[in-house]
Amino acid sequence: MQPSFIKELQTIVGTQYVLIDRESLAVYGYDSTPEIESLPGAVLLPGTTDEVVRIMRLCNEAGITLTPRGSGTNLSGGSLSAGGVVVQTSRLNRLLEIDEENLTATVEPGVITSALHREVEARGLFYPPDPGSMNISTMGGNVAENSGGLRGLKYGVTADYVMGLETVLADGDTLRTGGKVVKDVAGYALNPLLVSSEGTLGFFTGITVKLIPKPQGKITMLAHFPALQDAALAVSAIIAAKVIPATLEFLDKVTIKCVEDYAHVGLPLDVDAVLLIEVDGHPVVIAEEAAAVAEICKKHRCSFFQTAQNPAEALKLTEARRTALSALARLKPTTILEDATVPRSCIAAMLKIIQDAAKKYNVVIGTFGHAGDGNLHPTCLTDERDHDEIKRAHAAFEEIFDAAISMGGTITGEHGVGLAKKKYLPKLVGKSGIKVMRGIKQAFDPKGILNPGKIF
Amino acid sequence: MDYVKLINCMRCGMCLPSCPTYKETFLETASPRGRVALIRKLQEGELDQSERLLEYLSLCLDCQACASACPCGVNAGELVAEFTCERKTDSGLGFMEDLILRKLVPHPDRLETSMVPMRVYQKSGLQTLVRTLGVLKMFPKPLERMEGLLPPLPTRPLRQEIQEVTPAVGTERGTAGFFLGCVMSLIFSDASRATIKLLSSLGYRVITPRNQVCCGAPNMLGGDLEGLKEAAHTNVDIFGGFQVDFIVTDCGGCGAELKKYGHHIEGEAAAAFGSKVRDISQVLALHIEELHAKLKPLQQKVTYHDPCHIAHCQGIRKEPRDLLKLVPGLEYKELEAADACCGSAGTYNITRPEMSDRILQRKLDTVRASGADILVTSNPGCLLQLKKGLADQLPAVKLMHLTEVLALSMSS
Repeated sequence: MQPSFIKELQTIVGTQYVLIDRESLAVYGYDSTPEIESLPGAVLLPGTTDEVVRIMRLCNEAGITLTPRGSGTNLSGGSLSAGGVVVQTSRLNRLLEIDEENLTATVEPGVITSALHREVEARGLFYPPDPGSMNISTMGGNVAENSGGLRGLKYGVTADYVMGLETVLADGDTLRTGGKVVKDVAGYALNPLLVSSEGTLGFFTGITVKLIPKPQGKITMLAHFPALQDAALAVSAIIAAKVIPATLEFLDKVTIKCVEDYAHVGLPLDVDAVLLIEVDGHPVVIAEEAAAVAEICKKHRCSFFQTAQNPAEALKLTEARRTALSALARLKPTTILEDATVPRSCIAAMLKIIQDAAKKYNVVIGTFGHAGDGNLHPTCLTDERDHDEIKRAHAAFEEIFDAAISMGGTITGEHGVGLAKKKYLPKLVGKSGIKVMRGIKQAFDPKGILNPGKIF
Repeated sequence: MDYVKLINCMRCGMCLPSCPTYKETFLETASPRGRVALIRKLQEGELDQSERLLEYLSLCLDCQACASACPCGVNAGELVAEFTCERKTDSGLGFMEDLILRKLVPHPDRLETSMVPMRVYQKSGLQTLVRTLGVLKMFPKPLERMEGLLPPLPTRPLRQEIQEVTPAVGTERGTAGFFLGCVMSLIFSDASRATIKLLSSLGYRVITPRNQVCCGAPNMLGGDLEGLKEAAHTNVDIFGGFQVDFIVTDCGGCGAELKKYGHHIEGEAAAAFGSKVRDISQVLALHIEELHAKLKPLQQKVTYHDPCHIAHCQGIRKEPRDLLKLVPGLEYKELEAADACCGSAGTYNITRPEMSDRILQRKLDTVRASGADILVTSNPGCLLQLKKGLADQLPAVKLMHLTEVLALSMSS
């Protein structure tokens, strides 16, 4: 990177917010994605939208690439840059407005997801998306990746809540899409296009999300299943019985053991699977739903059914699920986490395929995830120093992805394509899919400076 | 350093929201995940041991909040401390480090004598004069800070005053060896006096060996592993000479270090010593009902700050709260982010004053929001730091050690 270019960046954001020392660049060379590292040329921490605009213009003119980054908890390598500029959103972290008349919240991209939860819930409102990393993930990152979470089954994902965006485009112009209106059919629907664009179409500087009233009550339940397939069938049966739990999470034996070792919440160690189920809403309705869920679990041979007796107990059970990924990581140094997603009626078949692939390639795979929405997280526990095993792990995942696609599913339900899934995307969307995406990219970013090399 | 400990970090980022310096800076280099990565890259040869790298690592408070947050069991704070220690072992101690860690700290007599001028300074009125005139502005910054942190000293260190054996009140239920921390003895002797009183009134014969030495935590902090081992050997030998059920301390920092003696030095005696160490709150919590019967009402509002060395390093959170809630009339209010570091962190508040002040400010803001009349904590580092902070900004809030509150309730 040219010294004159660095100097211009320093003029825009201030010298202390331009990181170019080797040490800083080294630690911005990773995010939460295993096995992928890539050194940026500079890291910037702008403090205002205007600074973002000026950075973007400068990069576009100089032909230097720009990659937005939140807290770096991305799981597909999407926040990494090869020699370009990384723009961290952390200082753009103001909660601009909570509009109780229109039920919206407007934030800057660096606002932490759980901080927004706290603020809106204090007003009796609710912002449902709750990705596993919500205590540190940023709203900008959530929008760019279209993050899901535990409550996705009933409440949907980030895309279902984004109403308006202010996006700085590659040429430095600002694009405003949507707003506070509930209905809007003027022109192409650009919000959904920008959500999950993984930083390749623009840099979000303002995000308006929809809020809903906070559910009045919640019942948290845990069911133990001696047989894995019974748990999977129970998931499909619950959905088929027209009960839509807020959360319907699955943990297999490997995962249960790890979570219990870490969180000590009294999970059983002698069963094949547990389901964590939460129903929320009006107290009368959830009592009925909880009874229906209990009935179905018992019919599917659950060996034990537990209902949390108080909020503290409920929180402990859900926290255990939230730590599943990291707890698994205790077993081996390297953890490869995937998020292949299938239509939820196929959960049982998908679990079988994961188990068979693990056996065939002789790797340890723990599976947990959002069973209710068909989004499983098969997680391979390995050691990056064992190249042979890593190779086998990738072979196993390739089979899992192929199976997901053949069932009408997808290669990634919520982590994004980024660098990690790039080679599988053509299989899923075909030539025409890639062609359309390239066309869109061309329209937004003709010089290709925004987060290049990601998705396709 | 064991390479596996470094690659165990999966970079999930769960540690980020718990790290005081990350919360202040949002810089990856100032985060636990970043520090582990820096050490790892140094080991892999990708980075050199540059001044800048050491500077980044030295911003770590070693509060170990990251260890509590890490589901993979990585302790970034400890890894940084271990790295510093290994580096110092290679490079040797500096002149001042050698003077303080080897010639002063391990010798209670010398340590106590070194405080005499301070006591004279305070008692003679010189302190008032110096502070009024602002003379300290002429000296290096760290000296001014050290002076500002020091509360009024007791007339004599507790170690010189206390009887070696304090008999149990009533029927004797057991023997507690009391590990008297240096700073507790030199500065917060009232709290340790309260600790002994509580133990004896609950039926413990309390033995406070007069020849015990510093726990070695300052050595660890300064990267002097040999000095730490020496201290451990001495204390294990001394306490081994008495038949005690527990080795009790009312200093969070000492407790955390003493519990690790079994790791630091070999042998059964060290392991046995380590397994007997208890924070005072752990022992008192064994006798909740009995203690409750002895407590009289205190009509005040109290809140509790978790010392890192107690919450993060020893995993003790419930006992101190249970004990405070035991006092009749005392209204307990939970402090927001109670287990966030106060910025004291050994000598951090002297070596890194600017960052320390920012972290302290967050703590003071939460104390103000709690509306408490009394702020309780149980570690001398926190007591020093918070005493100064409260004096500057919240003079109406009283700062007390956990045992002082309980002893006050017992005698009121």
